[in-house]
Amino acid sequence: MTEQPLALWAEITIAALVLLGATIALIGSLGLLRLKDYYERVHAPSMIATMGCWSIMHATVLFFSLQGHGFAAYPLLIAVFVAITVPVTNIFLMRTALFRARRAGQNVPASVSQTVSKPVDTPADHS
Amino acid sequence: MNPILAWALPLALALLALAMLLTLVRLLKGPTAQDRVLALDCMYLNGMLLMLVLGIQYGSSNYFEAALLVALFGFVGSTAMAKFLLRGEVIE
Repeated sequence: MTEQPLALWAEITIAALVLLGATIALIGSLGLLRLKDYYERVHAPSMIATMGCWSIMHATVLFFSLQGHGFAAYPLLIAVFVAITVPVTNIFLMRTALFRARRAGQNVPASVSQTVSKPVDTPADHS
Repeated sequence: MNPILAWALPLALALLALAMLLTLVRLLKGPTAQDRVLALDCMYLNGMLLMLVLGIQYGSSNYFEAALLVALFGFVGSTAMAKFLLRGEVIE
């Protein structure tokens, strides 16, 4: 930190935001470890991707904006990227879990997709 | 370094490292394969936040590129592994 010293309100705000984000990351990881079922565990990292990521991102924006080089908006790029990509990964992982549970014969809801698990011996009427 | 940030940033780094350790435990003992992929995705997110906090700590915006790359490869890796578990191949 060789740049100019920050004001007191900025220091307190950045410290609070960073500690909040780190605490939420810890709580989300603890939920990933402690929850019993996979369908419960898949919810826990979403906390990190939303509140934890946005808190630390706001702290980064505030810190680099107060360095004297103007408004630093580039950490917003990471938060927007995470907000776009994390639902895609979660949808894939949930579909994977349901698919593998159906293959293993567990009691999960049936597939609503028309292309999966259709009976083979009933030919469709193409007339 | 300012006293408040000098106290808060290493504490946040320690909390994030502890969070990565918890996800590592889930990665190692996860009963199914999708548990391990989910834990790896969560670990990528924690590592990305760790990079951002390191960037504040050292006052350097170079860590931003590292965080962006970690987020990008985390998304690509997790999606590819989930697709492989779902379909048996990544690109069909």
